[in-house]
Amino acid sequence: MKILVPVKRVLDYNVKPRVKADGTGVDLANVKMSMNPFDEIAVEEAIRLKEKGVATEIVAISVGPAKAQETLRTALAMGADRAILVQSDDAVEPLGVAKILKAIADAEQPGLVILGKQAIDDDNNQTGQMLAALTGWAQGTFASAVNVEGDSVSVTREVDGGLETVKLKLPAIVTTDLRLNEPRYASLPNIMKAKSKPLDTKAPADYGVDIAPRVKVLKVSEPPVRQAGIKVADVDELVAKLKAMGVHS
Amino acid sequence: MKTLVWVEHDGSSVKDATLAAVTAASKLGEVHLLVAGEGVDGVAKVASEIAGVGKVHVADNAAFAHNLPENIAPLVAELMASHDAFVVPATTTGKNIAPRVAALLDVMQISDILSVEGDRSFTRPIYAGNAIATVESEDAKLVLTVRGTAFEKAAATGGSGTVEAVSAGGDAGLSSFVGSEIAKSERPELTSAKIIVSGGRALGSSEKYQEVIVPLADKLGAALGASRAAVDAGYVPNDYQVGQTGKIVAPDVYFAIGISGAIQHLAGMKDSKTIVAINKDEDAPIFQVADLGLVADLFNAVPELTGKI
Ligand SMILES: Cc1cc2nc3c(=O)[nH]c(=O)nc-3n(C[C@H](O)[C@H](O)[C@H](O)COP(=O)(O)OP(=O)(O)OC[C@H]3O[C@@H](n4cnc5c(N)ncnc54)[C@H](O)[C@@H]3O)c2cc1C
Ligand SMILES: Nc1ncnc2c1ncn2[C@@H]1O[C@H](COP(=O)(O)O)[C@@H](O)[C@H]1O
Repeated sequence: MKILVPVKRVLDYNVKPRVKADGTGVDLANVKMSMNPFDEIAVEEAIRLKEKGVATEIVAISVGPAKAQETLRTALAMGADRAILVQSDDAVEPLGVAKILKAIADAEQPGLVILGKQAIDDDNNQTGQMLAALTGWAQGTFASAVNVEGDSVSVTREVDGGLETVKLKLPAIVTTDLRLNEPRYASLPNIMKAKSKPLDTKAPADYGVDIAPRVKVLKVSEPPVRQAGIKVADVDELVAKLKAMGVHS
Repeated sequence: MKTLVWVEHDGSSVKDATLAAVTAASKLGEVHLLVAGEGVDGVAKVASEIAGVGKVHVADNAAFAHNLPENIAPLVAELMASHDAFVVPATTTGKNIAPRVAALLDVMQISDILSVEGDRSFTRPIYAGNAIATVESEDAKLVLTVRGTAFEKAAATGGSGTVEAVSAGGDAGLSSFVGSEIAKSERPELTSAKIIVSGGRALGSSEKYQEVIVPLADKLGAALGASRAAVDAGYVPNDYQVGQTGKIVAPDVYFAIGISGAIQHLAGMKDSKTIVAINKDEDAPIFQVADLGLVADLFNAVPELTGKI
């Protein structure tokens, strides 16, 4: 079966985000951008399914600016077979991304779509679930284990109280949690090879999707800063301070 | 505005996160509830007593027993014909269901709201809480998930909602529940505990976590938490994780022990009233947010603290 893996280009998780002085957003000029960490896990999972002989082809997809090509090349270097860039310089909301992915799924007929559970820029945690609604397929979100068994997939999910396992009819949507796997690094030869793998460029209009935003961002501001407190000299002082606050056994 | 709040329950009691969602919903207008599950009459009764609640829609059906979104989302979408906003606690269950409903209604969800600023405008954290966005929906209907720590809990009693059975929906035939490993614990739940003791990578093993962290938590009647590094290393189960991708907590006192204070961890606990950090590195970023910091080797300091507190 074919697997689609949507990957988003985001501010690298090691970079401290800075709010722009004019309050319009977070400064993305001249900062390191990378593949959303959950999407690396999604790519890795797809590759493992291919290595196990479950998957036959992996298609990486990104909706974003021309630079998102770099993110797709990373996916190709990791082991994806081909890539589709749906180019848009305007930010596309999860609902718009899900509609584009739905159109691609109609054309590609995958057995699985594996997404990240959330993009670490907007922290929306929506796209996979929305795609599942639009396709009418089952969803296994926040996955920490994925096992394809015949015409179904069993997904172990990280939930508030612990773990839960569901069985889904294929085709299905999976979103990854952090402990699903540890993504590989692309080797140098694979990075070279990735340069000649096919990468198609499309536009949202090619899929007939209206990407006009539904949610207006009025303002982006710094969160209230927390003042650092004091350092205590030793455990006795800590105990005294805690007791003064009413914390004791 | 008429809101429909998703009631998160365990078959007998209503989870606290629901009460915060009720408070958020009440800022928008009339509060209706949806209790879905199998054999949920008891829960529906409990829910109807939440202060300020109007109607309680009860969908009792085996297909709703395990909150499978494939079965629940069409039910909610149908009920939304007569409501203006679907308001959901930002728990793993809520986050699984709400976006599926939003897409069925062709609206964008607004995730993890921190405040209600107006009829259609809200604040929400982005970039792991390093920025706060004020956003306004232009959709006909609202779908919101609510950060539990950002709203007071509605009073669990005092209300007198009217219970009404819903017959809609059933098994979509797409998914089934296989099983779960849900830890049963006598301890307070992480997201509603007054005190949390969290341990990080520095513990080095699950034995050390048990030996050093657990006795302090026992003594204080605290919930147990952990950093991602401690969870990934297998010291504790995944549901202990606090942070951007774990649980968001805001207890009265949060102990961060052997935790460096990565932004993804801070995202989950920096709204705690008092933060206590114990770390042997005086430059650890956790000290930038800690009210009380102790630079010490945790293997000496924590047992001493447990003995003296
Ligand atoms: C997409 C993404 C999401 C993430 N989500 C989360 C999340 O939800 N929650 C989370 O916690 N992390 C998350 N992380 C991981 C995060 O970036 C850090 O790697 C993690 O929080 C580090 O855990 P730690 O502080 O326990 O370990 P470390 O950073 O290794 O810190 C260990 C600390 O212990 C101290 N120490 C060592 N020995 C002792 C001793 N004997 N006594 C006292 N102190 C000692 C050290 O000085 C150090 O400060 C995420 C990362 C990514 C990429
Ligand atoms: N612009 C995008 N391009 C490709 N994939 C995306 C995009 N936005 C979101 N996704 C996918 O959807 C997941 C969840 O994103 P979100 O719902 O925005 O938190 C991500 O981890 C990606 O797999």
